Order: sequence, then structure tokens, then C-alpha cells
Amino acid sequence: MPFEELAHTADWAVRVWSDDLQGLLAESVRAVNALSGLNPAAGPRLNRRLELQAEDAESLLVAFLSEIVYLMEQENLGVRSLHITRLEGDGPFRLEAELECAAVQAVHKLIKAVTYHNLQIRPTERGLEVEIVFDV
Amino acid sequence: MVGLQDLLRISDYEWEIPQSFRHDMRVPVRIFADRRLLEQVLGDKSLEQAVNAATLPGLVGAVVVMPDMHQGYGFPIGGVAATEYPRGVVSPGAIGYDINCGVRLLASGVDLEAAEPHLDRLATLLNLYCPSGVGKEGTVRVTVAELERVLREGARWALKQGYADEADLARTEEGGCLDGANPAAVSERAKARGREQIGSLGAGNHFIEVDVVEQVFDARAAAAMGLRAGCLCVQIHCGSRGLGHQVCTDYVQSFQSAVRRYNISLPDRELVCAPMDSPEGQAYLGAMRAVANFAFANRQLLAQSARRAFEETFAGKATDWHLRQVYDIAHNMGKVESHDVNGKRVKVCVHRKGATRAFGPGAPGLPPEYREIGQPVLVPGSMGTASWVLVGTEQSMLRSFGSSCHGAGRVMSRAKAKHEIRGEELRRDLEKQGIQVRAGSMPGLAEEAPQAYKDVDAVVETVCAAGIARKVARLRPLAVIKG
Repeated sequence: MPFEELAHTADWAVRVWSDDLQGLLAESVRAVNALSGLNPAAGPRLNRRLELQAEDAESLLVAFLSEIVYLMEQENLGVRSLHITRLEGDGPFRLEAELECAAVQAVHKLIKAVTYHNLQIRPTERGLEVEIVFDV
Repeated sequence: MVGLQDLLRISDYEWEIPQSFRHDMRVPVRIFADRRLLEQVLGDKSLEQAVNAATLPGLVGAVVVMPDMHQGYGFPIGGVAATEYPRGVVSPGAIGYDINCGVRLLASGVDLEAAEPHLDRLATLLNLYCPSGVGKEGTVRVTVAELERVLREGARWALKQGYADEADLARTEEGGCLDGANPAAVSERAKARGREQIGSLGAGNHFIEVDVVEQVFDARAAAAMGLRAGCLCVQIHCGSRGLGHQVCTDYVQSFQSAVRRYNISLPDRELVCAPMDSPEGQAYLGAMRAVANFAFANRQLLAQSARRAFEETFAGKATDWHLRQVYDIAHNMGKVESHDVNGKRVKVCVHRKGATRAFGPGAPGLPPEYREIGQPVLVPGSMGTASWVLVGTEQSMLRSFGSSCHGAGRVMSRAKAKHEIRGEELRRDLEKQGIQVRAGSMPGLAEEAPQAYKDVDAVVETVCAAGIARKVARLRPLAVIKG
């Protein structure tokens, strides 16, 4: 798995890596699902479309994951798969994506918010890497 | 990384990281902790985060950290920072996502002996009437227009709807309603989250706990609060639910560009801030106060549900079962207050994140019965351990911006707790100790195990020995309801 849980005294933290930003977004969703104990595989599919704009890659990641958190809490939807149709990083970052979702059957615990704490997407030998701290 | 060698020892219970520790600090950091508690936090990032907080523009005095401190994100949990009003900044991350997370204590006259045969039913009814757990809907459905009133009026809305009495509001911080709330500054998405969740407990470390007053340390203060040894009381710990999280998310995002506009340089993007007299700062303050009002109303609704559970359990079986409010106090909040700093009276915005307001005797805003004894400070423990009722002191006003600790404070990561502790085993252990447990999630219960927290008694000893709080009563848990 291209993510690992990190020790955090009060909340949840995860390190995610992938070849590029597109992969990093997708793996971050998997990390959110794994941390929450969520398996949205069963049940009828529901699609949601996302259009986001942010001033940098980190802000785009926070905005994107905040949408995932919102869908889980407010619409009881977990994301099964992510299809990114547009991702631009010249000037403001723009993301357009189709989310294939399913109703959440069970969850250990919900992430309540995505933080900017020490958030930095860095190039490493593994591609791009980021550590994300979630409020639970 | 901050080490013991970087700290100046002021006393056995107070330490300082001098401003000279790092070039970008604007004020020193004052730490209330005994040596053992201090050494416990050297392994996480609490003190580094306190140093980062000391870089916020417009700070006055020192950043203060309580003995229940632990690593948060951006600002340490247990931290207090005061910025000059209105030219200093307000930082949403220094107040936290769960705006006006707080504790309410209600006291009854039911003796433990009379209650014991009924505790199982009481726990079941509390669990039934106080919706808890992930994303749970609340006890009350409000319209869009009604939610606006909740955001403006807080617990006063609950009073008008028949969910409160005047005494409840008198014994709530700020009467359960912050002036200056601006619902228009709250996003529609945040309102949608709030509408569905009002009157619910949520999950995480939030809980409802039935306790018995085990020991009284200050008979006069305990009598004023209606606390008597051997009697049952109820603590409610929760906040503003998804509404607060959404508002903090919205403003931490929008302040990312505000810091550039106001030429503010910070070591952590989670600490983003804006001058309080700027349009951005004013918008956040208005939204934050509206959310705080929602949280006051939320705890009020839960208190009514707890009263219903007490009535159905004890009516005809015990006497004096009505739950009377002792106090309701926030521990994640930004408040404009006046404090003495270096001999001068200054108006400041006190950011408290995981720190409880602890006003001393004679402080403004306290109900008449608490004016001479000081404001009740409610310090819940972790399941299976004691909780404490303290009062603020003259010294808390002078040394910690009228603040004290807010709980035991975590010491073990959630990942480690999940790995080492089994929820079912923990529940059995607690039940062997005579503590009824109702929990929606066993992994969630494991994360909140008592061994994941510091020794609450040591935390309380520290704030009392340091002089920023005084003991009134110690509570022992009988039943815990968790989401």
C-alpha cells in the first residue's frame, strides 16, 4: 500500500506517496478509507462530480479530501474509485473528477477535518510524498 | 525540537521557553507542568507547536501551556494565546475545529446507594435519548430559519423553545450566547451539517458520563454548586459537531491567502490568521461566535435528554432526581477579554484550545453564587478515572489569562491504542470496576482507553500547586456513553 499510518498523540496522521499528483490524490482517498475502517464496495453505485480550484497543490489536496470527508459525513457516501478528468497546475491548480461512490455500510470512525499542519508535497525517490494530519 | 535544557525552571510547576529560543518568537512560552508531566511531552511536538504559536502577530504576555498539553496540529492542545484586540490576529487553527467544544456538569440529589440498582437502565436510557456516534442525527430537526436563530441566540433559543430554564443559562459561560454572532459568515455547507446534527453527541472523545461525587475538598464552593458527597451528577462533553469543523475548514482555507495579503509569515500553515480588525478577521469572529452559540444550544438539548433519562429512571424510586446545572464551559474558543499584562489593563482575544476559562473570584460575568468562589472549572478524566471540579483563582487571572487545564490529556497515539487495546476487553474491565459502558464502536472505545491518557490527578495537582485553580470536588465514573 502506498500509504502508512503515522503516530500522532491526538489525531490521525498518514504518509502517502505516489508517482505524481494524480496518484497522490487517489492514494489519499484509499488512506482515508483505510483509517476510517470503511469499505464502500457493496451496494448500488452513485456518481458525484467534483470541480475544485486551489492556489497550490497542498491546498488542492486539502480541498479534495475535505470533499471526501463531507460526502462521508453528510451523504453517507464512501468513494470507491476516482477518475480524474482534468488536473492543471500552471497558475492556480484545477481539478475535475468523477467519483464513484457507494453508501457507507459501517465505519469505525469518521475523519472530521483535513488539516494543513506541516503539509508539504515533496519530491522523493518514491515520486511525490506527503504527510497529512486529520482531525478526528 | 525543544529539550529540557532549553527550559528555564520558574518553580516545580512552572517553566519557560524564553523568547530567545528561536528568532521568530514574539513572546516566551510559559508551561505549567511538574517534571514528570513535562518529560512526558518532550517525546511529541507539543512544545514545538507552542513555540510556533509564539510567532503569531500581536501576541501579548506569553503563550501559556497547561499540564494536560499534547500534540495537536498547528497549535498545541492545552494552549492559551492572547492577541491584542483589535490589531492583533485571530487564528482559527488556534481555536480548533470543534469550536466551543466544552463540558457541562449537572448535579442531582440522588444518592449512590439508591441509584445503584438502576444504573444499567440509566445508561441505556441516556444512550437512547442522546444520539451518539459517527454522523448521527440529532434529537431536534430545525428549519433553515430556526438554525439562524440558534446561531444568533445559542442557549437562549433553547430557552424559548422550552429546552432550558433560566438557571441553566445563568450557569453557562456568557449565558450561553456570544454577542457578535454573524450567521451570514457561516457557509451553507456548514449550516447543512449543523441542521442535521443539533442535539447529538457525536463520536471521538465526546461522551456523557454519570459520576458520583466521591470527595469534597471545598465545602463552601461545593455547596454553592449543589454538589454533595455521594450524589450523582452528569458530565456532557461535546461541541459544535460538523458545523464547527466546516467553519474552521472554510476559514483555514480562506486565510491561506489572507496571510499573504497582510504580509504575515508563519512556520505552519495551520496557524494562518488575519488581523481582527480586517474584513477576514471580522468574518471569522462572527462565524466562530455563531458556531459557539450552536454548541451551547447543542449541550443544552443533550442536558434535557439527560434529564429525561434521569426522570424515567428515578421518578418514584429515588428523591431529588432533577438535574440542576452546575456550569457549562468551553475549552476551544476565542474570547475578547480584558487582562492585566505587565501592570497594564489590555483588551485581548484569548485563544484557548484544549484549555478551560478559569476566572477567579470577582471576575465579571459570573453568576452571583459563584462571584466569591470563582468560576467552576470542569476537568473530565478518561473513562475509568476520576474527573475534577475546580475553581479559578486570582492567580489564574494574572498568570494564565484566566485559564486552566481541560482534561487528562492524551499521552498515547490513537494508532498505538488501537493496536494494544481491545475495545471489548476494555469494556469488560470497566464493567468489572462497576462502570456501565455504552459505546457505538469498539475500536473507537479502545482509542479512548484510560491508559491512552495522562494521570488526571497529576494534572490537577499541578494546576492547583501552581495556584491557577483550586480543588472543589473529585468525581468517580459510574456510566459512560460514547459514540
